[in-house]
Amino acid sequence: MSAPFPQADVTVIGGGHAGLCAAISAAREGASVTLLESAPLAMRGGNSRHTRNLRARHDGPAVTLTGSYDAEEYFQDLLRVTQGATDEALARLTIDESASLLCWLSDLGVHFQPALSGTLNLSRTNAFFLGGGCALMNTLYEVAETAGVAVFYDAEVIALEMEAGCCRSLTVRYAGATHTLDTSSVVAASGGFQANDAWMRDVWGEAADNFLIRGTPYNRGLVLRALLDGGAAAVGDPQQCHAVAIDARAPKYDGGIVSRLDCVPFGIVVNRAGQRFYDEGEDFWPKRYAIWGRLVAQQPDQIAFAIVDHKVRDNFMPSVYPPVEADSIEALAAAIDVPADTLQATVSGYNAAVQAGDYDPDALDGCRTQGLSPDKTHWALALDEPPYLAYPLRPGITFTYLGVKVDARARVLMSDGQPSENVYAAGEIMAGNVLGKGYCAGTGMTIGGVFGRIAGREAACLTR
Amino acid sequence: MPDALTLRDTTAEAVQMLTVCNACRYCEGYCAVFQDLSHYRKVEAQDIDYFANLCHHCTACLHACQYKPPHEFGIDIPRALTATREQSYADYAWPKPAGDLFANHGVIASVVTAVCLTLVLGMTMWLNPAAAETHTGPGAFYAVIPHGVMAATGLVTFSYGLLAMFVSALRYGRSIGVRSGDVFNYANLLRTTHAIASMRHLGGGHGDGCNETDAAYTNRRRYFHQATMWGFLLCFAATCVATIYELGLGRLSPFPYTSLPVVLGSLGGLGLLLGPAGLAWLRWRRDDPTSPMDWSLLLMLFTISLTGFALMLWRETSWMGALLAVHLGFVLAFFLTLPYGKFVHGIYRGVALIKFARDNP
Ligand SMILES: Cc1cc2nc3c(=O)[nH]c(=O)nc-3n(C[C@H](O)[C@H](O)[C@H](O)COP(=O)(O)OP(=O)(O)OC[C@H]3O[C@@H](n4cnc5c(N)ncnc54)[C@H](O)[C@@H]3O)c2cc1C
Ligand code: SF4
Ligand code: SF4
Repeated sequence: MSAPFPQADVTVIGGGHAGLCAAISAAREGASVTLLESAPLAMRGGNSRHTRNLRARHDGPAVTLTGSYDAEEYFQDLLRVTQGATDEALARLTIDESASLLCWLSDLGVHFQPALSGTLNLSRTNAFFLGGGCALMNTLYEVAETAGVAVFYDAEVIALEMEAGCCRSLTVRYAGATHTLDTSSVVAASGGFQANDAWMRDVWGEAADNFLIRGTPYNRGLVLRALLDGGAAAVGDPQQCHAVAIDARAPKYDGGIVSRLDCVPFGIVVNRAGQRFYDEGEDFWPKRYAIWGRLVAQQPDQIAFAIVDHKVRDNFMPSVYPPVEADSIEALAAAIDVPADTLQATVSGYNAAVQAGDYDPDALDGCRTQGLSPDKTHWALALDEPPYLAYPLRPGITFTYLGVKVDARARVLMSDGQPSENVYAAGEIMAGNVLGKGYCAGTGMTIGGVFGRIAGREAACLTR
Repeated sequence: MPDALTLRDTTAEAVQMLTVCNACRYCEGYCAVFQDLSHYRKVEAQDIDYFANLCHHCTACLHACQYKPPHEFGIDIPRALTATREQSYADYAWPKPAGDLFANHGVIASVVTAVCLTLVLGMTMWLNPAAAETHTGPGAFYAVIPHGVMAATGLVTFSYGLLAMFVSALRYGRSIGVRSGDVFNYANLLRTTHAIASMRHLGGGHGDGCNETDAAYTNRRRYFHQATMWGFLLCFAATCVATIYELGLGRLSPFPYTSLPVVLGSLGGLGLLLGPAGLAWLRWRRDDPTSPMDWSLLLMLFTISLTGFALMLWRETSWMGALLAVHLGFVLAFFLTLPYGKFVHGIYRGVALIKFARDNP
């Protein structure tokens, strides 16, 4: 069937931050642009709709950012989190361009706000979107449509006809039918594959069924798959994903930021068998929540329970879902379906191992256990004041790391090292070039914006 | 009329939604609700009346929300806070049984208006055979309706409205924890007055305004709202000046077109034509469930202004008597329904903003 889409110079696949930046920049270069977004209008914007900030370099106070954050410091931060798994040239390019990205967005009418309460540590490095990522998406969609971009919702690209590194047509599922769309150039901005059950199961086995996906259900990696199958070079470890421990009661998809739990460092965490498995007090929670996703994923049935007692319940922000409460450890065990005798033994053993110290929830204090395996090294207080509260934890997947390799012009690199003639990539689908592993708050949106702009510009130039 | 159960449900729903917001906080920069919310660890039922009146239903936080329907969380703060806000008007009304009037405001306002019009017009024309004649010069109005009757009716009804709203404001203030010290605090008052005068919060936290039909920002609502508020205040000022002229200086209305009361009144009248018409247009375009009380206040203000201009234009013809009666009929209906309609929004919001100014210096 012929496509209901207008003939366009540039076809952008994916309507998240990267796709919109690409579409807007291509349209502003004078190209005709079609944007295909697989979500319906109400759920548009992919993972970007859940974001709150981006990280930008700046030499002095800029927009809402305080002080300065120079390129070298930014690069060192990236090096540290990725432990060197980054393409230095692309990383430096991202950092350089992050400053102008901020101004560009601001000129488009995107509003920023000072760092949100509770995130003041980010006020120098990260610019927060007023109203969050959804508001950002609203503005960018409006700008794109005003610039003449033809936006199609419920339009999922299921295949790319690749020939010798060149893509001349796409297959799109739209309005209940399959269409073929010819194009002169393509920007792939369709995110990772974390919402593709089958693919996740391939990588993780059955455990994947118990993962929660923090963002959109529409990032199923079909375009990533098509590109890799079509000869694009891969980047990033296919086995890796960014996983944090979140409230097990969150929805399967799109739970976003509010499924966060902050209670872990203030109590103990046990698995389904009632046993502890890691040092809950290793460091402050924001520095540790990303390793806990993996830790919980390794437990039976991919579930764990954080247990605290009454005296610390005001030390952390209350959860959106109320805790399970009980007046004894035994009753709590019954309520969360964990063997009561093991849980009782774990708690008694833990309580007996707690050393005296000055408890301070706001500092790495001296309260720890001695002689346990594993020990809890900070904020260790005996669990002895009912009611006891339990919060169920599951791995929450933010994104996958596997992507396509690109060059500094956002061209997709083929496995022979040659750039594709007309396929560009931006955002999550190529973030692995810069973020080979680990994560540094706000870099996802920066990479998406920077490479989106480059990809849009380059794709538009190609068709002149 | 919502029964006790749905009442509790609306509050519980608002608590639930704001709990999600407090874990998210993305909207912190939009308005006073979210700015103040960040000081709360936990939102409780008793906090809702305060938040409800800090919200002015700009819908910015709905458009920005990643959890708005069809997301299963279904977060819709403007809807939840509008429901609880309207409930709070009824809950703090004085005297208490009068709170029921809010629920049927549309019907009641229409009936009261009809009765007032019939009464004033009928009595004037029936009791005073000279009402249909042409009267000019100072005191012309009082040749149609005696000065004493007009002044006494206006004074009594308006004072009652003020008293009822004052008592409601006290009760509301006490319930949300505003103390007299907060009101008689120079800095608080200054900040509150400034916020109201400029309608700062309708700027949306960035000055570009709020959302209307779609995700785009516009300042239209702020400007129409300002026209309405300043229009009302100018008309009020015109009435005060006129009273001083009449009682203090012994000059009787109608006053010349260039006199202070007429100039103030005309400027205010323009505001009351433009503002309510604009707000009604925005409401109509927005197509969201609007309670009848919003419409009736807008309509009332618009009609008062319109009949006021008509009276001014044709005051030297034989129609003056009828026009005066119609105008005063509407004014009377407005005064009578004042404390039990949307007008109280200004009162409750003012009190809520004082608390906000105190807690967010
Ligand atoms: C809860 C959460 C919070 C986050 N917070 C931050 C933050 O504060 N700062 C930050 O920098 N990063 C954050 N991230 C990471 C950030 O979301 C990503 O780095 C960024 O959104 C990537 O942008 P993107 O445009 O590549 O992908 P997305 O925004 O996910 O967009 C991909 C789009 O492609 C569409 N799509 C997918 N497949 C197809 C197909 N086959 N055909 C057509 N369309 C398709 C999808 O519908 C989607 O709209 C967060 C992630 C999550 C999950
Ligand atoms: S309205 Fe939505 S986006 Fe705004 S704070 Fe609440 S949950 Fe977050
Ligand atoms: S609708 Fe507007 S005023 Fe009301 S809470 Fe949302 S942003 Fe604030």
